[in-house]
Amino acid sequence: MTTLTEVPETSAARETPARRRRRVDRLPYLLLLPCLVIIAVLLLWPLGQVVAMSFFRLNNVRQLRGDREWPWVGFENYAEIIGDPFFLTVLRNTVLFAVANVVLTMILGTLVGLLLNRLGRKMAAFVASCVMLAWATPALTGTIVWKWIFDDTSGLVTWLFNALPDGLSTSLFGRSDWTGYGWFNSPLLFFSILTLVVVWHSFPFIAVSVLAGLKSVPSELHEAARVDGAGPWKVFWRITFPLLRPVFGILIVLSTIWDFKVFTQQFVLAGGTQDRPTFMLSIYSYAEAFSPPPKYGLGAAIAVILTLILLVVTGFYVRMVLKQEEDA
Amino acid sequence: MTRRGRSAGVKRIALNGAGLLVALFAAFPVYWMIATSLKPSSEIFSSTPRPVPSEPTLAHYREILTGNLIPGVTFADFFLNSALVAVSTVLLSGLVALLAATAVARFRFKLRTSFLIMLLVVQMIPLEALVIPLFLMIQRLGLYNTLPSLILTYLGFSLPFAVWMLRGFVAAVPKELEEAAAIDGASRAQIFRKVLFPLVAPGLVATSIFSFITAWNELIFALTFINDQDRYTLPVAMTFFFGRDDTAWGPVMAASTLFTLPVIIFFLLVQRRMVSGLVAGAVKG
Repeated sequence: MTTLTEVPETSAARETPARRRRRVDRLPYLLLLPCLVIIAVLLLWPLGQVVAMSFFRLNNVRQLRGDREWPWVGFENYAEIIGDPFFLTVLRNTVLFAVANVVLTMILGTLVGLLLNRLGRKMAAFVASCVMLAWATPALTGTIVWKWIFDDTSGLVTWLFNALPDGLSTSLFGRSDWTGYGWFNSPLLFFSILTLVVVWHSFPFIAVSVLAGLKSVPSELHEAARVDGAGPWKVFWRITFPLLRPVFGILIVLSTIWDFKVFTQQFVLAGGTQDRPTFMLSIYSYAEAFSPPPKYGLGAAIAVILTLILLVVTGFYVRMVLKQEEDA
Repeated sequence: MTRRGRSAGVKRIALNGAGLLVALFAAFPVYWMIATSLKPSSEIFSSTPRPVPSEPTLAHYREILTGNLIPGVTFADFFLNSALVAVSTVLLSGLVALLAATAVARFRFKLRTSFLIMLLVVQMIPLEALVIPLFLMIQRLGLYNTLPSLILTYLGFSLPFAVWMLRGFVAAVPKELEEAAAIDGASRAQIFRKVLFPLVAPGLVATSIFSFITAWNELIFALTFINDQDRYTLPVAMTFFFGRDDTAWGPVMAASTLFTLPVIIFFLLVQRRMVSGLVAGAVKG
């Protein structure tokens, strides 16, 4: 009996490690397979496809369905875009908007983060919850509400300007009756309001991240500096900023990526894709491709330009995260 | 000492004042949305706005929930379309992400680091640039004007972040528990189901909420892939019916409130992990 039971046991013991090792080798790849397939098909393939499409003249849905031929045009779409003076306007809008929004979001977010760190516990909890509300609100509905606040008849801002003393309002702005004033008509005003909306949506993330960073800095450092007579400005630039430099780096890169491709807020605020003077790259690409007459090839070329710009920024981001992971 | 005490008091008041200003700026639009949705139309369009609705009414909610926005279609239909798309995305993305996260957090294999770097890079692809090629794919697959076209799209968008976030949760489960179960004779499938899954479940919920919000909020692709009005998701319906010039702000704010509240509730449940997921923290595993 004993020998009978012993034999299968030893053979099993001899076989299992090898079999298990083989299984272990294959298992992680099997687990990854669905994820890899989905990312390849739904993200990487389209990314290649958009580059391919930018080299064809595609002005008809039937071409997309494969019912008609795709005429190859080489770099013609790119030449057409770059040769168009309007492209310069779009590029200027995009870059200026991104820079302004990143700077304002970073300043406001950092200040709020520092403030939250200094407030008493109850007050900090209250302010943080309010800040979360702005963050949690979907881009779509947040923008709709701001549009209502700037409504030209019953909006709060119109009412506020109407409530100014007439003399003051006239001497400052040259008008006292603001009812019917088109807040979104001039590109500069439009971009100012868009900036307000985007900063409102994005400063909470910066504030919360900066706060999280500050909590990880030993408070003795700040106290020591303050005892030595350093003012808040000096404390920030000499101690807080150098310590949180990696966090700030990642936040700036993430904000830049997000602000370069703002779409929903602009689409809703402008009420669609008709307001060409305020176009930025992402909405320009969309409008060329999908507003009649459709120009999918041209839209794809603009999308490629946008992607290339973001690729450079992403390079910085990946390097920073990897460096942080090594340090951790 | 007293002078110092007084200046500290002044400082405290200034800090608290600044805090209140920030809170007001951040929360006011949300408050104004809800307040407007509860005001009767006469009050909304009066020339002097009231900070608080003087005669709160649910008329606007009744109007959008029961009234037909187009013949035969109500707000509730759009709500259902959105919920169907978002929940399907969550289930698919959660399942696939859990498998991938287990692979990354539990095994050492050759391409592991490459996979993690790819996850990071892929999250940075500007989705706005993929509208045109995905439109092509959806046309070719014959999925144009169907809700599955959106489920498929959002699955791709939510998956990389879901894996990135979930791997932290899987890594946090002590390996010893699984080893103990293995010694007790449990099979790999049993260990996964009975040991790992229950412990990762809270993380799975948090991850799912992010996928849900991604799918629930998305506008551009839904705008492009759906043609029939009875298949609109909520964001498309809102821009289509309310984004026009002559806007009825009462119903718009009621619809916005109904659209926003689930997101805010979900968001507040998981926001902590968002910061760590994006900036640092959950990057070990």
